[in-house]
Amino acid sequence: MKILLITEQRDAKWNKVSFETLTAAQQIAQQTSGSISAVVIGKNIAVLTQELAASQLDEVLVIDHPLLENYTPDGFTIALRQAIEAAKPDLVLMPHTYEVRDFAPKLAASLGKGMIGDCIGYRYENGKLIFVRQMFQGRTVADVVFEGAAPWLATFQAGAFRADLAAARTDGSKAPVKALAVELKPEQIRTKPGELFREAKQAVDLTQAPILVSVGRGIKGPENIAIAQKLASLLGAELSASRPICDEGWLPMDRQIGSSGQTVAPKLYLALGISGAIQHVVGMKGSRTIVAVNKDANAPIFEVADYGVVGDLFEIVPALIEELEKSPR
Amino acid sequence: MKIGVCVKQVPAKDAPLAIAADGTWIRESDIGFETNEPDSFALEEGLRLKEKHGGEVVAIAMGPERMKQTIKEALAKGADRGIHVVDDQFYRLDPLAAARSLAAALEKENFDLILTGLQSDDQGFGQTGVLLAELLGRPHATIIMQIEIQGASMRLKRELEAGWFQWVELPLPAVLSIQSGINKPRYATLKGIMAAKKKEIASTPRASFGVPETLTERVERIYVPHKAKKTEFLKGTPKEIAAKLIEKLKHEARVL
Repeated sequence: MKILLITEQRDAKWNKVSFETLTAAQQIAQQTSGSISAVVIGKNIAVLTQELAASQLDEVLVIDHPLLENYTPDGFTIALRQAIEAAKPDLVLMPHTYEVRDFAPKLAASLGKGMIGDCIGYRYENGKLIFVRQMFQGRTVADVVFEGAAPWLATFQAGAFRADLAAARTDGSKAPVKALAVELKPEQIRTKPGELFREAKQAVDLTQAPILVSVGRGIKGPENIAIAQKLASLLGAELSASRPICDEGWLPMDRQIGSSGQTVAPKLYLALGISGAIQHVVGMKGSRTIVAVNKDANAPIFEVADYGVVGDLFEIVPALIEELEKSPR
Repeated sequence: MKIGVCVKQVPAKDAPLAIAADGTWIRESDIGFETNEPDSFALEEGLRLKEKHGGEVVAIAMGPERMKQTIKEALAKGADRGIHVVDDQFYRLDPLAAARSLAAALEKENFDLILTGLQSDDQGFGQTGVLLAELLGRPHATIIMQIEIQGASMRLKRELEAGWFQWVELPLPAVLSIQSGINKPRYATLKGIMAAKKKEIASTPRASFGVPETLTERVERIYVPHKAKKTEFLKGTPKEIAAKLIEKLKHEARVL
């Protein structure tokens, strides 16, 4: 199977998820006796191509164009469509980033093709690729297959594959790097992108906390944050939250864990009243030990938990506080 | 300003889900449904834009009869009319076929702005807004945290990953996918609920739009996930559970 891998960079710095998707591409290429062409797209990105060319793949295609300096959905779709038409891949693989989410469905539709998005894995069975993605907020998983003729487009969720397993070329050689010229005119780009900025100063760096006590919708109201804070203090932990809690303003945005917040891997992660939607789980599933307290025994958070308590956090947390006060660490 | 907002009804958050006999969808009988939460942020944004700039808000839903309830809720909150594209088995559609059907239904409306939620809490494809834009020939932007209308164009605050944001400018007409949390969705008032009864919902069978049934992708089966980890569930009174958990964290996991 001929695979076109679309990598992501900004200001000539990799989005590291690209290498997770490279691992996926290498596995599929191996199983299907296929090949990998990896696309780097942007402006002044030559510096990135050598690192990529040292990986186990067949060629690196560089789309370097002044109008691709800043991401726009029109610019990227027009350019990548030409890359797909030139390379004629069977399968186009991308990391499921915010940027890819913004253009990949458009790219697929412009080709009249489908995109299977946010996959957590795949299986190769009887000569057929089956993509696995979550549905119903992770409460079910779906096997999805492509119908009709290639090219097929798919994206893999962050964390679905390990970037450190991406294979280098064994003989120390470099894959050929080829420039891919694209036709792109300023009037084709309808979006005027502005500068990137950060809103809040990152007051807390949750990635450095050894223990996190994290609250979700189950905490019910801002008045209840205090008991989670008390537990956090007793554990020497930082307080964090799932997105809805920060949206409500019960905790500041910089306390958010998940795809739109911080990605953490503490030695202990205590999830209190967090259902475990995929957007949250991708930000914390690498934690060494995960404890989940939730009223719903079917909550997807238990999928990643080492220790689970099906119960009311308003009963469990005070009991934990009492226990910790009785026997200090 | 003529604003269309795509809304959808999904299983209630606490609804127990069982897989249907054909293995590709859930059993819809005996469970509760609610408006897809991300869509309520899109609706609220549409209503606020109308309050500021005048015009009309149209709530659009596709799917079986039950979807009407979600349109009615939108009307009760202040949408002016509804469009229901009726399809009892909408779930078998892939993102492209679903968007083609919606595009066919919305083409003649010539909306200045079409808003969608970020994704649905059932299928979670997260593609409808972007696909609609491409199919209708409109520009789009996703994960929007703020909208400023400036004549024939908009200034939009987009959320990027890891705490980054970006302002972008986009001409109207356009399609936007709204980030959850952009606003505080209102509740329907009693007056609104009463007024909604007089508002029009135009129902059209999806089949009447003649969108080809050929799919680009197909769900073979859905199932409850295999556990990645073995979870040890702790049972007992809260006091017993707390004691056991601290013990295990100290001496088994050794993280305390």
